[in-house]
Amino acid sequence: MTALTLTLGEPPRQRVDVSALTPERLAGRTLEAVAAIELMVGNRRERTGDLFTVSGDPIPAEGEAELALRKGCDRLDCIGQGMTRGEITVGGDAGAYLGLGMKGGAIRVSGNSGPFPASGMGGGKIWIDGDAGDYLAAAIPGDKLGMTGGVVKVGGSVGERAGDRMRRGLVLVEGDAGDYCASRMVAGSIVVLGRVGDFAGLAMKRGSVILFARPERMVATFNDCGSHTIPFLRLFMDHIRTFGGKFEQLDRSYSRARRYAGDQGVGGKGEILICEARPA
Amino acid sequence: MIINGVVIDDTFAEAFAMKGTRLVITAATRRWARNAAHSMTGFATSVIGFGVEAGIERDLTPDETPDGRPGVSVLFFAISSKDLARQLPINAGHSVMTSPTSALFAGNDGEEKIKLGALLRFFGDGFQISKMVGDKRYWRIPVMDGEFLCEEFAYITSAVGGGNFIILGESRPQTLAAAEKAVGAMRDLPGVVTPFPGGIVRSGSKVGSKYKTLIASTNDAFCPTLKGQTKTELEPEIEAVMEIVIDGVTETAVAEAMRAGIAVVCELGQAAGIRRITAGQYGGKLGQFHLHLRKIMS
Repeated sequence: MTALTLTLGEPPRQRVDVSALTPERLAGRTLEAVAAIELMVGNRRERTGDLFTVSGDPIPAEGEAELALRKGCDRLDCIGQGMTRGEITVGGDAGAYLGLGMKGGAIRVSGNSGPFPASGMGGGKIWIDGDAGDYLAAAIPGDKLGMTGGVVKVGGSVGERAGDRMRRGLVLVEGDAGDYCASRMVAGSIVVLGRVGDFAGLAMKRGSVILFARPERMVATFNDCGSHTIPFLRLFMDHIRTFGGKFEQLDRSYSRARRYAGDQGVGGKGEILICEARPA
Repeated sequence: MIINGVVIDDTFAEAFAMKGTRLVITAATRRWARNAAHSMTGFATSVIGFGVEAGIERDLTPDETPDGRPGVSVLFFAISSKDLARQLPINAGHSVMTSPTSALFAGNDGEEKIKLGALLRFFGDGFQISKMVGDKRYWRIPVMDGEFLCEEFAYITSAVGGGNFIILGESRPQTLAAAEKAVGAMRDLPGVVTPFPGGIVRSGSKVGSKYKTLIASTNDAFCPTLKGQTKTELEPEIEAVMEIVIDGVTETAVAEAMRAGIAVVCELGQAAGIRRITAGQYGGKLGQFHLHLRKIMS
């Protein structure tokens, strides 16, 4: 059995909302029925079959639900929006709002993603092999909270405001993070193996940002609590090592960290932990 | 049945369905993990009057613990989930949270939960930190040596309590030596604990008392100094009686522990002053599990 595959033809000139194309929404539909689904392209409606070549086996009504998007591009927005099960693999790039409000299942993108990936995500996994745009796991305008559960792993770097208003869940970044990482973060965990930009943790209420190098400029309202062996980090490193990639280098030797508590301007219950050992 | 001169009575240990939970205590060193475990389980010898009974199951190597440090697994048992839920956080708070470098984790899964870190977190006075790792929540509670890490819940499992056997000997030193050897033989068996001090109880009890407020009182039929004063179970040559109570996660685990313990006592035999082995029961109407000594030893 081959996965239901949607191969993009000409890259669209306008943005395409592909939120209708989740494994569960396509489950039980024939290839013809999938091709007939209308998508918003800019301010027009177009048939899926006019944008994509539909091939592979239909997704059964019950059981495994796998969808492959080929020749992805940064105009394909809302991939996997609201999905609760199944798996989407994106060959190429993804547009904005990747996995918006996702509750379960898995999305894997071999390229980069646009802004707001994993926004409002409540469960499941998103793997982005390339870079992620701004507002990773953050709240979209109008939402009170960003990510509320699940795991996002980014193989490259992430833009600004990663984890803005994030409430729960785990964000793993192998590369660097831009400015305002974890700004207004409510809770959850963000791990960045590379460097972070300025203003990390600004207005952060709770949650943990785990770094391996001190940011060049710390927000003034984070207070140094000193270096400590933190038992939780032993457990945590074991956990995130299972997500593979560069995180496989982490082990229990990273359990010693310098702790900065903040943002004191909004209660100061969050923390930036800077692990004292550094992965190669 | 007679093994090496030791009479095995044709009776059974009457064991009860209980609720149990396994906890894993870790610390920077094995000594400190054991300090916490001894303290946590020490007073919990009997459900009578205390609500729970507990013991150390075994030492755990760093590979076997959630945080990769030396650990000890302990088992707690109670008649009801409510008793377990009431007493466990108290023992954990007094004995594990207070113990230097310690951390506390659930040691089994289950549907029914007991609040552990979910209650102890309040000691953090607002500075406690909740962290999810996978689908489990842990609490980081700031304490004077750093942080006390505690899993949010322990999980209740069905268990068997009150497995036992009673060693009757010619003298107290000989009977105690035999009982110690039996406890030693059971020490590393999985899924069982012997909750009394050193695994041995010398104050075996019967149900009820002449005093209305007591639900249990001394088992006078087995008290050697009362041989001429009450309806005794003891032969003239018996001078001391020691009981070993075994709680376990399954009936099989309890039976296996009884077999291991009785076997080493019988190895000592009559030559070492051991005359008889019997078991505690209440007419067979109270306990759901009847562990027949002769069947176990056959």
